[in-house]
Amino acid sequence: MDQVISLTLKVWRQNGPDDAGAFQTYQAEGISQDASFLEMLDIVNERLIEEGTEPITFESDCREGICGTCGLMINGKAHGPELGTATCQLHMRKFNDGDHITIEPWRAVSFPVIKDLAVERTPLDLIIEAGGYISVPTGSAPDANLTPVPKEAADMAFDAAACIGCGACVAACPNSAAQLFTSAKLNHLNLLPQGQAERWQRAENMVETMEMYFGTCTNHGECHEACPKEISLDFIAFMNRDYVKAKIKNRKLAGQR
Amino acid sequence: MAQTLSRSGRGPQPLRPRKKQLPFPLNIYQTAIGRKWVMALTGIGLLGFVVAHMIGNLHVYEGPARMAEYAETLRTLGGGLVPRGTILWILRLGLIAMFGLHIHSAYSLKEISRKASPKAGFVGGAKQYSGGQDFIAANFASRTMRWTGPIILLYLLYHIADLTWGWWLGDDFVHGDPYHNLSESLSSLPVAIIYIVANVALAVHIFHGAWSMFQSLGINNPKYNKARVAIAAGLAGLILVGNLSFPILTQAGLIDEDNRECAVEDFDDEHDILICLEEQLEEEG
Ligand code: SF4
Repeated sequence: MDQVISLTLKVWRQNGPDDAGAFQTYQAEGISQDASFLEMLDIVNERLIEEGTEPITFESDCREGICGTCGLMINGKAHGPELGTATCQLHMRKFNDGDHITIEPWRAVSFPVIKDLAVERTPLDLIIEAGGYISVPTGSAPDANLTPVPKEAADMAFDAAACIGCGACVAACPNSAAQLFTSAKLNHLNLLPQGQAERWQRAENMVETMEMYFGTCTNHGECHEACPKEISLDFIAFMNRDYVKAKIKNRKLAGQR
Repeated sequence: MAQTLSRSGRGPQPLRPRKKQLPFPLNIYQTAIGRKWVMALTGIGLLGFVVAHMIGNLHVYEGPARMAEYAETLRTLGGGLVPRGTILWILRLGLIAMFGLHIHSAYSLKEISRKASPKAGFVGGAKQYSGGQDFIAANFASRTMRWTGPIILLYLLYHIADLTWGWWLGDDFVHGDPYHNLSESLSSLPVAIIYIVANVALAVHIFHGAWSMFQSLGINNPKYNKARVAIAAGLAGLILVGNLSFPILTQAGLIDEDNRECAVEDFDDEHDILICLEEQLEEEG
């Protein structure tokens, strides 16, 4: 398939966090359908540079769906129309000749635009810093299978750990809630024996950091549809359960709080 | 993604700085997830009330005398142990408290989400993407919770003023004769329409609420997750059918007072109507 298509792009341009920003229309002629969405933007940018105009700023890194850096709102859908893929895994063969495509950055008050389509996702990092780790003495590598992990728990933790931290869940959520991200990161550790020691502190700290920055979940389920890793809503339920349990347990552990 | 470096003061300002914790269990209500728990738990209580209220009202199909007897049973709950009406009032206060908490938690959570979303409007608090926001998973019920909620509240106030206080029925209102009041009120077409619209809103609200509360409370087990939607749909359907039957059947003429013994017009004193109804019950045995 080496079909070539032409598109009309409506792209959000914004010069910095404090700039008002506006849409600009670009014609993208002669784009190969084998190109990925990001490659299409690369081609458009090269032409813009040749013309002497500022290229469109967008983020990307691994371009194979595992780093979580790319993320665009494509025609109102996070990561574009395909389910379970990141923007970099979206290909132009999913579009037709003459299509109009609107490209916007993630929108949430806690995701301020850095420039054009790049947004700052620091609050997600802050949630990880609040508890998305385990504290272990490092040293020589432990023996394999030293800690038995039930198969089911391992599978589930693995599903949760698939989250790449792209922020599409926040972007797609009508409430700008970060529940899916936080619950994935929380459960990935809380389901495993290695995560038990800090389980309740982790639940409290991660959730409370999340709540400082994001909206509240009303169980729409939009995040799951937007998620390139198809993280399950079940993790949100587990998080809600662990959080209230943590409130009770931590109080007992700490004597009074 | 996350590089776990410790740099202070980076990133956007928190929308809600962490507050000092109140003593347990109040600190749970300080957090959004805690509030979702409160919303879910009060939702369960209110749902129980709605179901019981609907089932109780089915007595209307047994005629005026049985309906009046049922109303009296509610007032004399607890038998002779406590003064008449005590238990009913305790239940009512519980309901008022649950409504208060349910509404406060919903409103305050909505405000948090509104602040977290740019250009957020009131409806669904949804932010706007110019590419057109396509809702993929969110259904009509989940997006309209913030509309159906206030509609139900307004209807509730209307309903109490209508059938508990008798504001609009005036002299036609007979204390202790719910059958008469109901058929008088619902036989007017505009009133019946208000009841129908409000009860459809109630069913839609319950459909999302009943599913959502499992999620909020963390009741999640892959084995039963399919059942959660079925339970929600079943409850919403049950309440819809039961509650809509009253206005619709009144309009259709099934609930009327044409052949009623102890017709209200025959009495000057409300009290005598009730005595007549009681006698009727005794005769029927
Ligand atoms: S849960 Fe999914 S959408 Fe959200 S950050 Fe992780 S990978 Fe992205």
